[in-house]
Amino acid sequence: MSDVANALVLLTNFVIVPGVAYGSQLALGALGVTLVFGILRFANFSHGDVMAFGTMVVLLTTWWFQGMDVGIAPLPTALLALPFGIVAAAAFNLSADRLVFRFYRRRKSPPVILLIASIGVMFALQGIVRFIIGPDDRRLADGARFLIKASEFKEATGLKEGLAIKLSQGLTVAVTAIAVTALFWFLHRTRAGKAMRAYSDNEDLALLSGVNPDRVVFYAWLIAGTLAAVAGTMYGIDKSFKPFTYFQILLPIFAAAILGGIGNPLGAVAGGFIVALSETAVTYAYKKFLRYLVPESWEPSGLMQLLSTDYKLAISFLILVVVLLVRPTGIFRGRVLT
Amino acid sequence: MSFLAGAGMTGGYGGPDIIRGCTIEAEPGRVAVIVGPNGAGKSTAMKAIFGMVQLREGTVELDGEDITRLSPQERVRKGMGFVPQERNVFTTMTVQENLEMGAYIREAGAAADTMAQVFDLFPILKERRRQIAGELSGGQRQQVAIGRALMTEPRLLMLDEPTAGVSPVVMDDLFDRILEIRATGIAILMVEQNAAQALSIADRGYVLVTGENRYTDTGEALLSDPEVRRSFLGG
Amino acid sequence: MRPGLRNPALFAVMALLLMAVGFGQSWVVSLSILNLCLISAIMALGLNMQWGYAGLLNVGVMGFAALGGLAGVLVSQSPVTDAWAAGGESLGFALAVLAGVVVAIVLARRLLRKGPLRTAATVLLVVGGFFLIRIFFDPAVDAIEDVDSARTGYLGGAGLPIILSWAVGGLLAAGAAWLIGKVALGLRADYFAIATLGIAEIVITVIKNEDWLSRGVKNVTGLDRPVPYEIDLQASPWFLDLVHWLGADPIAGASIFVKLCYAVLFALVLMAIVWLAERALNSPWGRMMRAIRDNEDAAAAMGKDVTRRHMQIFVLGAAVMGIAGAMLTTLDGQFTPGSYQPLRFTFLIWVMVIVGGSGNNWGAVLGGFLVWFLWVEAEPAAFWLMDAITAGLDEGHPLRSHLLDSAAYMRLIVMGLILLVVLRFSPRGIIPERRGR
Repeated sequence: MSDVANALVLLTNFVIVPGVAYGSQLALGALGVTLVFGILRFANFSHGDVMAFGTMVVLLTTWWFQGMDVGIAPLPTALLALPFGIVAAAAFNLSADRLVFRFYRRRKSPPVILLIASIGVMFALQGIVRFIIGPDDRRLADGARFLIKASEFKEATGLKEGLAIKLSQGLTVAVTAIAVTALFWFLHRTRAGKAMRAYSDNEDLALLSGVNPDRVVFYAWLIAGTLAAVAGTMYGIDKSFKPFTYFQILLPIFAAAILGGIGNPLGAVAGGFIVALSETAVTYAYKKFLRYLVPESWEPSGLMQLLSTDYKLAISFLILVVVLLVRPTGIFRGRVLT
Repeated sequence: MSFLAGAGMTGGYGGPDIIRGCTIEAEPGRVAVIVGPNGAGKSTAMKAIFGMVQLREGTVELDGEDITRLSPQERVRKGMGFVPQERNVFTTMTVQENLEMGAYIREAGAAADTMAQVFDLFPILKERRRQIAGELSGGQRQQVAIGRALMTEPRLLMLDEPTAGVSPVVMDDLFDRILEIRATGIAILMVEQNAAQALSIADRGYVLVTGENRYTDTGEALLSDPEVRRSFLGG
Repeated sequence: MRPGLRNPALFAVMALLLMAVGFGQSWVVSLSILNLCLISAIMALGLNMQWGYAGLLNVGVMGFAALGGLAGVLVSQSPVTDAWAAGGESLGFALAVLAGVVVAIVLARRLLRKGPLRTAATVLLVVGGFFLIRIFFDPAVDAIEDVDSARTGYLGGAGLPIILSWAVGGLLAAGAAWLIGKVALGLRADYFAIATLGIAEIVITVIKNEDWLSRGVKNVTGLDRPVPYEIDLQASPWFLDLVHWLGADPIAGASIFVKLCYAVLFALVLMAIVWLAERALNSPWGRMMRAIRDNEDAAAAMGKDVTRRHMQIFVLGAAVMGIAGAMLTTLDGQFTPGSYQPLRFTFLIWVMVIVGGSGNNWGAVLGGFLVWFLWVEAEPAAFWLMDAITAGLDEGHPLRSHLLDSAAYMRLIVMGLILLVVLRFSPRGIIPERRGR
């Protein structure tokens, strides 16, 4: 019996816990992409770098706080600095709209032109972030390391396998839960939120109803920037801050958004978790896990790893391709904010 | 001067003129209907009145005020309610949210009474108010669409082919509701494919052909005019 | 200015810029830039075919360029016979099983009717096939990578002259494009963009990690050269005579001579591709392609097979990118999978096409030249600018040293701004598409 428990703890520790934390980060990122798509109807290639920009501001503010010995231990100081990053990312998005995207929107340019413009924004923003803070890998986390330590867990349960949950992982999930709840409350309970959903559903009818398109677009960029800063910061606390990874993470984020039906916030959240859990599950080596479950003579010789961890990005993409082929609208009906 | 007067309207969608010198009027508590063969410019005439078509010539007046240059949104604020033919509900929002969106431009809180009136008019909507509009039947969707337009408390209600694609039973039902709306004193302007049925409830009928007024009279008179019957009502 | 003179004048300005670098910095630098300008122009031509002719939003240029680069290794390196002996047989088995699985999947999908049964069979065959292949594949990989892993650890290549890899690279990229096109063409423009972005990342991941094939991040260096080595030149009497006659320094002279050889080779390829591309663009085929781009629905209604045409142009464009990728590896003399970054190999090419003029081959060529020139020269310019701005500060002032350290990233900002400014104020580019013929 304890073998089964050990196996499950092992799986939880190495697949489920990291997968759920990563999934929360992807969900936050995918929400931002899906929101901009639902309102402005284009895939925003600069979103990953807006995440990097917001996180960079959080990092700079964190250093400033640390220099003044201001902190909220055992929680990471970055959490205290997060509002600064949110303001910066939202302000960036709004200025980008004012300087770049609004022009094409008013001319009713096709979405591909907005997409190409977002590549220009991405280019410039990558330069700005690297110009200010450089391309290096930096640590964002301080404060306590663990919510549950493996050794404590072993002691408490008497199992051979330990379960460790990092504080950053717990925080990520908690912050995501708060952010997602707040977003859904906003979209379903407030006048502005309903106007956004209406605009995303049926632009012409929303305009007839007196919805102000500029206001809706303003909220979309504001919220997308906020979510980007939160997602980037949680990712940075959980792993580390390196500008290039924030560009790379764009791919699983797009995969999550499309998987959930692009434009559909609920789908984006679900998509984030599905992509993340698939990545961790497919790249996990099941040798030890199986050793607990099968008789000794059946013990596998290899690592029992489906794909090497280097192929993580490829998995999110494979999921994307399968979804696009089998059900292009995503697992939930997409293209509108519901 | 009529309450609504579109006079000598000429225009189209940037290409050739679709309507030429078209004149359409509507009065409070009266139903005006635009009928005519396919491609006669019926919907275009209505869209011109609502400001969705740029006019090269002609004017549109509402209650004595020239609104020719106003945008559709501004016309909504002036008291014009418009029900498009297609995509006329928010399919992912509930019935109640659809109605709320209708009242979006009004002061918050002022809509409760109107919503009660809409529910009186369309009791099924009250029953289904938590349901997603995209899941409703065609006739119920039309009720949501009309209800949404009524939420602005318009003085003029414009309906673009409200009975397109619904069964005859539902069509009769919708016409009954439109007569009920007329009874509240709202001016109604309607474009209809089902010409005979529509003219039977019309106080005034406009027969358009190739973008021009061909016949204009009361609905009754048009229905009994042998010329109109033969050419447009199929005998 | 007469319209006929405008384009030659633009290219003359470009030549002047390169000459200015030659006189101002050095001719070696100028020729290095020129060589990469030529390669960039070819890549931009490939993308221009896809985007400019047909409106395909390919954000996976990097993948095709890398496949071309890989061809450089596979063609020119000598085969590692020990590795073939160690793992060749099992690898052959793995390939045979792969072929069998693919055939089985195709057959199953032909024989079974659309429905849950067919889906289940497909999934079963894919998953089962995956494990079956790995029975042979894993030991083969281990055996190959164990063979003298510090020096080889891979299968090597065919041992042929590297110049052949330019054609092979084009074919490799074209084949990949055909497979990708089967999956991704027909998707909406934005989905297609995301799909190609992902595929390019996968291509790079595979090249980085399948060491048995490409040596991965251990890199392959010292590739064959189609031109003489500097050392040999400096030892050959005819060259020394030539340098002496010109009154130049033999070391710098050899370097310039080698770069000139590359430049001539690259220019020949560029001219051939431009000539073919121009003929294609102005043929009925090219006109139809643009008609499809401008109104896909109308073209489809007129009975044009839109997806088929898109496939043709996607494969052709990718082939051109593959050729350019192989040329780049040839010029570098090494294959370094870690150096493939989407910014440099995909998005920069996009800037070239948009700035030069989508839909115009000469525009793409000029864009390739100009943008590469700016990409390279933005760095010293930014350094100079930062130096000038902070001249008032102390030598060791932290702000000054930070700005000087970071100056290199200014070029990303410059590229982004150039793209945005051109897209906004001159969306048809410097040499716009010729219309109405």
